[in-house]
Amino acid sequence: MRGRSDLLPILTVLAGLLVLWYLGAIGLNGPVQNDMYRRADVVGVPFTQFVADTWNQQRPVLPTPHQVFAELWNTTALVAPTVPRSLLFHAWVTLSATLAGFVLGSGLGILLAVMIVHSEAMNRSLMPWIVASQTIPILALAPLIVVIGFNVFTGTFGVPTDPARFISKAIISAYLSFFPVTVGMVKGLRSPEDIQLDLMRTYNASAAQVFWKLRWPSALPFLFTSMKVGVAASLVGAIVGEMPTGAVSGLGARLLNGSYYGQTTQIWSALIMASILAAVLVVAVGLVERLVYVRMGARPA
Amino acid sequence: MSQLQHYLAIVAWGLSAAALVMGWVSADALPPAWLFVFLLLGTASLVRIAGWFSLWLDGIIAGAGVVAVLVSLPDLSPVPGYYWLALLAAWAFAWLFVERLTRAMASGLVEPGIFGFLVPLIFGVMVLVIWEAVTRGANVPSVILPPPSAIWARIAGSTSTLWADFQQTFLKAVLIGYALGCGLGFAVAILIDRSPFLKRGLLPLGNFVSALPIIGVAPIMVMWFGFDWPSKAAVVVIMTFFPMLVNTVAGLNAAGAMERDLMRTYAAGYWQTLLKLRLPAAAPFIFNALKINSTLALIGAIVAEFFGTPIVGMGFRISTEVGRMNVDMVWAEIAVAALAGSAFYGVVVLVERATTFWHPSVRSA
Repeated sequence: MRGRSDLLPILTVLAGLLVLWYLGAIGLNGPVQNDMYRRADVVGVPFTQFVADTWNQQRPVLPTPHQVFAELWNTTALVAPTVPRSLLFHAWVTLSATLAGFVLGSGLGILLAVMIVHSEAMNRSLMPWIVASQTIPILALAPLIVVIGFNVFTGTFGVPTDPARFISKAIISAYLSFFPVTVGMVKGLRSPEDIQLDLMRTYNASAAQVFWKLRWPSALPFLFTSMKVGVAASLVGAIVGEMPTGAVSGLGARLLNGSYYGQTTQIWSALIMASILAAVLVVAVGLVERLVYVRMGARPA
Repeated sequence: MSQLQHYLAIVAWGLSAAALVMGWVSADALPPAWLFVFLLLGTASLVRIAGWFSLWLDGIIAGAGVVAVLVSLPDLSPVPGYYWLALLAAWAFAWLFVERLTRAMASGLVEPGIFGFLVPLIFGVMVLVIWEAVTRGANVPSVILPPPSAIWARIAGSTSTLWADFQQTFLKAVLIGYALGCGLGFAVAILIDRSPFLKRGLLPLGNFVSALPIIGVAPIMVMWFGFDWPSKAAVVVIMTFFPMLVNTVAGLNAAGAMERDLMRTYAAGYWQTLLKLRLPAAAPFIFNALKINSTLALIGAIVAEFFGTPIVGMGFRISTEVGRMNVDMVWAEIAVAALAGSAFYGVVVLVERATTFWHPSVRSA
């Protein structure tokens, strides 16, 4: 964790970004504003008025932070979280698919890693493919999985549309978190040194004992690191999974709708919400990590 | 042979024998020639209980099985039950072969350097064969999952479309965005490296950004830079910037205090130290970012095309052909994307090997 001494530099950089954002808004929204003045036959606008106008347009090219946060506030605090106008509603749609997919993907990844570590044949057969899969754009499969999955679930299995969408998105999320977790976990389960494994042999430990008392605990740091990567990937998967399906709810759908109707403020607020979700998810994994370490008797760092 | 190998051998033999009997009893005519030969071979593998049975014989039987299930597929319609048993038998023989091969490699009987590549290759081939046999044998609608042969036919038949898409997405958006994003990240890293204050402020933020779904800026970029490739390149720039920034800054700190002191005793200036010590020491970090970014760039460009493009591009093709249920075209495009992604990554790795051959991390690999 970073020290408190980094707080001031971070805040300075953030403040700098905020200033840049407002300056950028003047530059990007200026031409439209000038157009609006010309159409309304307004001349001789003082510069301060011009700046204030560019920061408060109805449909700005670049909405300013206060507009975005006003939109965020209006769509979270002022409406009930159960109606589709609420951003929290959309965030929950995305988050639930992310979580389901992440749990599924990590579980499968851990399982596969355990098998790979214990079987040389699986290691040699699968690892090259898993490593290679890290270099290909798996996310490109998202539309395929969502649309085909949706059709199979609704058509063949007769699942209602909403759960079918949920399942298809969860599959993408699972798929995206699966590979990082597998790779990290294989590395982690192999991290005990020979001398430690030899010690377990001198204790006459069974394979299960070696696994639970040595391999599993030493793999946990790797597991949590890769789970942080995986949960972020899962969220991206769920968001992208909401784009090509004609889905009407979820942060991805908000992004897509915003881009269709030129609602930039809506896009930005969905983007901020997605970032908040990502941060919350990563921090949550970090918290679980710390709790687990405390339970395992690790000294707090 | 280990216990698992015994079980596999018994299962493989049992499946072949059962398929042979089923083929003999139920069908009017004998199974197609190849299938018949494979099943006979599989049943004959029982001689292994007499003692010696080379692992290569298992490999040959598995190979015969693969050929048999593929070649006999067009002759069998509808697909009889024994065909599926034969498929399972071929799979069991391949598994047995891989088990025995890896065991032999571990004990030094077979040279892993020469035959090591066989194992993942067999896995890949088996996946393709089972995919082909199941989709065609069970008549899976091609809307759900087309067989690999249909995907290959589509790739071969529409090379001009695929090439145009590749040009639009990879040669324009990905490469230009990648070069700009990495170059920008590198330059900013060199600049802020001179200010410890900025470094302390930017590094945590840069690390945090890597967890964010940056891909979401795609609709904004499409609005700002239009439908054509510049908007996709812009998404790629944003996606590749931060990994490069964070890794370069970390890499510039990688040179040890001793080496820096040495440069001071040589009276080396800032630029000399940078060029002769710190950048070479940072090379592994920079290449790490280049490798991460090669994948991110392709993802960014493809996903950004879901938000609107001229009527060309890999992401555009994927999203529209999915909508038109031309699933084989989607798979063809994904195959091209996978190939482009791993080739791109491979090129970066080759450049790394050629330029940082002296570094311990490369030498040990």
